[in-house]
Amino acid sequence: MSKSVVIKGGTILNQNGELRADVRIENERIVEIGTNLDADIKLDASGCIVTSGFVDLHAHLREPGKEEAETIETGSRAGALGGYTALVAMPNTDPPQDSVAVIDFVREQGKRAGLVDVIPSGCITLGRQGETLAPMAELSQAGVNFFTDDGFGVQDASLMRRALEYARGLGVTLAQHCEVAELTKGAVMSECQCCTDLGLPGWPAIAEELMVFRDIELVRITGATMHFLHLSTARSVELVRAAKRDGLPITAEVTPHHLSLTQELLSSYDPVYKVNPPLRSSDDIRALKIGLLDGTIDAIATDHAPHPRRDKEMSLDMAPPGMLGLETALGVVLALGDLEIKDAVALLSWNPARIARVDSAHGRPISASEPANICVFDPEVSWSVDLQRLASKSINSPYVGRTLRGKVRHTIFKGTPTVIDGQAQK
Amino acid sequence: MSISARSDTPHEVMSATDVRRAIVRIAHEIIERNHGVEGLAIVGLQRGGTWIAEAITKQINEIESAVTVPVGALDVSLHRDDIGLRPVSLGAITNIPFDLTGATVVLVDDVLFTGRTVRAAMEGLNNFGRPRAVQLAVLVDRGHRELPIRPDFVGKNLPTQHDDDVSATSDGVRITAKNATSK
Amino acid sequence: MKHLRGIDELGADGLLQLLQLTDHMAEINQRPVPKVPALRGRTVASLFFEDSTRTRLSFETAAKRLSADTLTFNVSTSSVNKGESLRDTVATITDMGVDAFVVRHKSVGIPWQIEQWTKASIINAGDGAHQHPTQALVDCYTIREATHTTRFDGMQITIVGDIKHSRVARSNIQAFSMLGAKVTLVAPPTLLPPDVSHWPVEVNHHLDEVIPTSDVLYMLRLQSERMSQGHVPTLREYSEQYGLTQKRVAKLRDSAIVMHPGPMNRGVEMQIDPSDVKNSLIHRQVANGVSVRMAVLFDLLGSGANLGGQA
Repeated sequence: MSKSVVIKGGTILNQNGELRADVRIENERIVEIGTNLDADIKLDASGCIVTSGFVDLHAHLREPGKEEAETIETGSRAGALGGYTALVAMPNTDPPQDSVAVIDFVREQGKRAGLVDVIPSGCITLGRQGETLAPMAELSQAGVNFFTDDGFGVQDASLMRRALEYARGLGVTLAQHCEVAELTKGAVMSECQCCTDLGLPGWPAIAEELMVFRDIELVRITGATMHFLHLSTARSVELVRAAKRDGLPITAEVTPHHLSLTQELLSSYDPVYKVNPPLRSSDDIRALKIGLLDGTIDAIATDHAPHPRRDKEMSLDMAPPGMLGLETALGVVLALGDLEIKDAVALLSWNPARIARVDSAHGRPISASEPANICVFDPEVSWSVDLQRLASKSINSPYVGRTLRGKVRHTIFKGTPTVIDGQAQK
Repeated sequence: MSISARSDTPHEVMSATDVRRAIVRIAHEIIERNHGVEGLAIVGLQRGGTWIAEAITKQINEIESAVTVPVGALDVSLHRDDIGLRPVSLGAITNIPFDLTGATVVLVDDVLFTGRTVRAAMEGLNNFGRPRAVQLAVLVDRGHRELPIRPDFVGKNLPTQHDDDVSATSDGVRITAKNATSK
Repeated sequence: MKHLRGIDELGADGLLQLLQLTDHMAEINQRPVPKVPALRGRTVASLFFEDSTRTRLSFETAAKRLSADTLTFNVSTSSVNKGESLRDTVATITDMGVDAFVVRHKSVGIPWQIEQWTKASIINAGDGAHQHPTQALVDCYTIREATHTTRFDGMQITIVGDIKHSRVARSNIQAFSMLGAKVTLVAPPTLLPPDVSHWPVEVNHHLDEVIPTSDVLYMLRLQSERMSQGHVPTLREYSEQYGLTQKRVAKLRDSAIVMHPGPMNRGVEMQIDPSDVKNSLIHRQVANGVSVRMAVLFDLLGSGANLGGQA
């Protein structure tokens, strides 16, 4: 018999409005909204927003295969501290998530950790090799409805077409990491003046845009649902905007780092800033923000990519790309100052819940009889990253020394607090 | 001779004429001590000693015009030990365009102080051959030796305080007292 | 100055001072006994992750002429990629008591990255296609020596070849412009970085147009791999268009200088033997290598090395 919980003194934020009220939770559900409510566990939410838990469409939990960097448990904990109650686990594990056995394993590990809903995504191609399709029907029967080869884009256009046709038949969503590999060989950072000065091969914007364009057209002829992962350039935003105007079933996400960090940071030679797709220019950032505000981009997803310290101590060209993101997403997004709190919550919770098709349990309104997956955050507090206190096993966060705004105080998953006063409960 | 009670005021201890006369005297002494100019070579230490070396050599060559004594310049900064009192003066390069082996080398400097510059100079000479003998001529000996080095030819003996600043040019020798004392 | 890693980091004043200091070192190298005790007790470690016998020996000779002790670590790239990290290698060597590292690596940025793991001075002997500051110093010194100038104002320097992949080009473009020269890059568009509009250079794709007005013709090596990577159709075509041929040498000004950082790809960028080119200073570039590196080591490690102090 689990304990009852009350969230006191916060401002509830739903899609249809705000309300100052207490929230009482029992047995995995919200049971009452009112004033002066009581329960076994009392959570102080004064000055805080109370809303649905966040949903990350893009997290690398590294298990199975790279447990040195992160495990499903430590990644879940990082997620909970970041206000997340659901994480879509990327399939570039080892072995990759292209078989029911691995999918079940990941899901079970998530349940065992019991901190967030771990939603395994499947590969589009077998082994993410880009040669033959993964058994999407079988995986979809095992509950997977989000497929990607993330880390790579599917290079072969005709294979991608087949994948979309097949996906349409199954009613699942394909997600693409847009990168034409032949244009990015050896690339370490965005192709720009800084890159020229450093004598490094660059990642030209068109390597992303060409695939965005290609897949939009493939969606047009196949009618399948497509989600674009981590868009990074202004042109990509324009292409998606035009595609949506044409009514195509396309969604898109952007990462917090692509909204806040620029390519010039690579001139510090610090591999913590190396990421795929790379950090871009301030013009690109401006276009991405406009895309968030006008609905072209539907979600903010972290692309949380832990790497062990040793890997990020390598040279710039040898170090693997990727940054941590789960614990800092809210803080980075609110520190931008461009988004209203309501827009931020839509991008972090309501929209991604829909895209990941978990909106029967996540991204729900805070009202009686709804599942209790809740995030309580202080939108004003300033804070900075303390590497010692990160829950992630890795420390490759680019935000050390930067001031973030907005921090999660409590997270409730299935009615049980996973985070209280910024401390993980298990 | 009293020393000015106010610090930072340079006090002349040798006039331009005194300097000129000392150089002539030293030139004679060198010739006398070495019983002539055979095998003699003059080497001035960069930067302060080079003008004096040239002046002395010119004087020697006027006195004994049959043989021309050569003069060179030695930059000791790269031979110094830890105390970097004479950092590298860019442009003040060593130039010893003659063989020193078997020569009697007279090192020339403006001010002899701790003796470390001269020690470095003797080591520097090793790069150029093995002299038969090395002698030392200085315009001013201001005391405070830290090594067993003594000059063979001295323009003037000048007692100083350790922190005093001594400058020597063809216009004269001046002391700037750092501490206000009277002697 | 604590490190020598990039010409931009060095600055124009630092550059000029090192060139002047090189005169002192060049004189030492003329002596019957070319050795001074200036860096006695100091240890210089060569950390070469890329093969380069010539540059490494040049540094080691320089260190020895200054009486420093030398350590040589010829680290094959593989041992650092797997297992022992760059950090461990640098920290271990530092613990042995090292005052300076001379580092060459195929990866950009290594000399800056290792600063966090050691207190020693760091000298960049080449990091990827990024910087090779001692080569630029050697080249500037060689031009200075030949033209008896301190600065290069009004001089027209033409750099020919694979600029895109060349650390020598990047360092030299900075150094030559700092000294006032006008720099022109000559290469096919595929061997130039995508955007050089912010560099202080002109660009020309036709070598013959630039030869008659060049005071210095600086040839870069073209690696044969560039053909397989699609940067040039064939080496022969490259050589015809951009190589130094007999005809082109004849069109040079009498006073023009020809240079090459070595090693040369004969028959590719150099169709003619440099010893047959009367204006070639390639042998002086090699000769000046030790003096320049002595100046760098002394400036970084020498006591009392406050450049520009009074006697």
